[in-house]
Amino acid sequence: MKQEVAASASVVIPKRKKKNFFQRLWANRVFFLMVAPGTIFLIIFFYIPVLANVVAFQNFQYTDQGFVYSVLHSPWVGFDNFKFFFQSADFWIVLRNTVGYNLTFLLLNFFFAIFFGVVMSQMRKARLLKTYQTMMLFPYFLSWAILSYFVYAFLSSDKGIINHMITAMGGSSIDFYNAPWVWPFIIIFLGVWKGIGYNSILYFATAMGIDPSYYDAAMIDGASKWQQIKNVTLPHILPIATLMLILNIGGIFRSDFGLFYLVPRNSGSLIDITQTFDTYIYRALTTTNDIGMSTAAGLMQSVVGALLIFITNWIVRRKQPESALF
Amino acid sequence: MRQKKHITAVEIRKFSAGTDLFFNIFIGIFALSCIIPFFFIIILSLTKESDMTTYGYQFWPKHFVLTSYVYLGKMGKQVLQSLGVTVFVTIVGTVMNSLFSSTYAYAISRRDFAYARFFTIFALISMLFVPGMVPTYLVVTQMLGLQNNIWALILPMSFGVYNVLIMRSFFKTSIPEAIIESARIDGASEMRIFRSIVVPLAIPGIATISLFTSLGYWNDWMNALLYINVDNLVPLQYLLVKIQNNIQVMTSQMQAGASAAMVQNIPTEGMRFAVVVVATLPIALTYPFFQKYFVKGMTIGGVKG
Repeated sequence: MKQEVAASASVVIPKRKKKNFFQRLWANRVFFLMVAPGTIFLIIFFYIPVLANVVAFQNFQYTDQGFVYSVLHSPWVGFDNFKFFFQSADFWIVLRNTVGYNLTFLLLNFFFAIFFGVVMSQMRKARLLKTYQTMMLFPYFLSWAILSYFVYAFLSSDKGIINHMITAMGGSSIDFYNAPWVWPFIIIFLGVWKGIGYNSILYFATAMGIDPSYYDAAMIDGASKWQQIKNVTLPHILPIATLMLILNIGGIFRSDFGLFYLVPRNSGSLIDITQTFDTYIYRALTTTNDIGMSTAAGLMQSVVGALLIFITNWIVRRKQPESALF
Repeated sequence: MRQKKHITAVEIRKFSAGTDLFFNIFIGIFALSCIIPFFFIIILSLTKESDMTTYGYQFWPKHFVLTSYVYLGKMGKQVLQSLGVTVFVTIVGTVMNSLFSSTYAYAISRRDFAYARFFTIFALISMLFVPGMVPTYLVVTQMLGLQNNIWALILPMSFGVYNVLIMRSFFKTSIPEAIIESARIDGASEMRIFRSIVVPLAIPGIATISLFTSLGYWNDWMNALLYINVDNLVPLQYLLVKIQNNIQVMTSQMQAGASAAMVQNIPTEGMRFAVVVVATLPIALTYPFFQKYFVKGMTIGGVKG
């Protein structure tokens, strides 16, 4: 096939090498047309905002002569915005919450996704299995705006079904939306619950793709089901699982905004336990309108994220070169 | 013979009947926990308002009524408006994103495109670094001036690098270069090749990214939270956010002819849940049919440069 391609290429554009720069641009005009919308999008919604991060080093002032003018004429303050953010009491709370929740999600998602994926790959009834998968994917397709109502129906302090059950059994009801101590559990449960249908698919597909003759061989050697899973299924899954774990480390400073902002219903007494970088930045932008400081916080988040991706990619390239991102 | 052997081999690696039953119960319960809350919300939207105040939220209320939906119909101008905004944004946005992402992916998947490598890297870089909420906010509101403009809900999601990667690997694996070559020998222009040969072959891939994208638009409330503060541009999901603590957004739209008694008896709780049902039902009813495309998109996701 390669020969065919080469041969026909020489028929259609015989003097390719001799074209000058402008002829080359003209020859690619249709392809330029095809990448044009995406290129414009990336410039406006990626490259310009990336450059706009310079306001993190400014005391940004709005002017009525356009954004670029505002940026060029705002006073530079060096790293003051970063200092202000790092020295505030909020910083440590936000850092603790974001990293703490993310590490927990990382480990629990890793464990449960593999567990569900492997168990489902060993189930006998394919139709039931399909039904389970369909049901488990449902929350994944819903927004936190919707799910926050699901949660409220269970947790509402006066009408919620959980308090209904607690009082029916003689206990005293809990004002969940003012009880910070329960929220780490609620948030972690919800985060894992929403994603499990999606996260387990990868492992399910990997486990289903294992050559059955491995199992045959193990059975001939007298391996029990658990020994088969331990010695056949898991070793096949572990490389991809490790890769997923490492890749997700890059997102350790990011959080699912809706889970931390909408589900606790923006309740004041829960802020200390639900505040992450993303909600902090949003609240700084909307309540104090501190453009410089909120940009600085976001920039730090992005820089750490990018560094983590580079570091993990470097590690992956050494251990498992074929899985490296770049 | 070979076929038969294959099937027995598949059977062999399953659980024994007892273990299978145990895990069926375990996973079955978990799977139920994923859909029961939605049924609970449907029941609540059908519960008589006074029952909710007296007995709290119940799985089996004393009175099933349609009052919430009747009120939604009578004074649901805002709900209809929001539904309209959501549908418009979803359709226009999905068309734009699928078109732009596919053409971009097609161009960078072609070896004849002299600058394919440049544009691949140009797009991939955006996956490494997140520009941040505030700079994006500044660009959208200050530079583009899109505050309170419906395009603020469409443009920020009108192209997706992840979709580009899915489509690129789709083009590379399922459209052989030979077909394109033969079309060109027959004298077809690049545009013609794309329109008449590539697009028809790429329909399954386009369906996958369209579904992901439309779901993203349908579920988006973040852009509205940042850029919209006029009622007539509030999409359904953001309406849910706004009525979490304050049903006024909806009741203020009450038609002029409404009597005072009607205003007093507004089933505020039930109406909230009815709006949740309206926002969820389209997804609940359609996704089981498109699930295979979603699963395909998820497993194809492990693409790389």
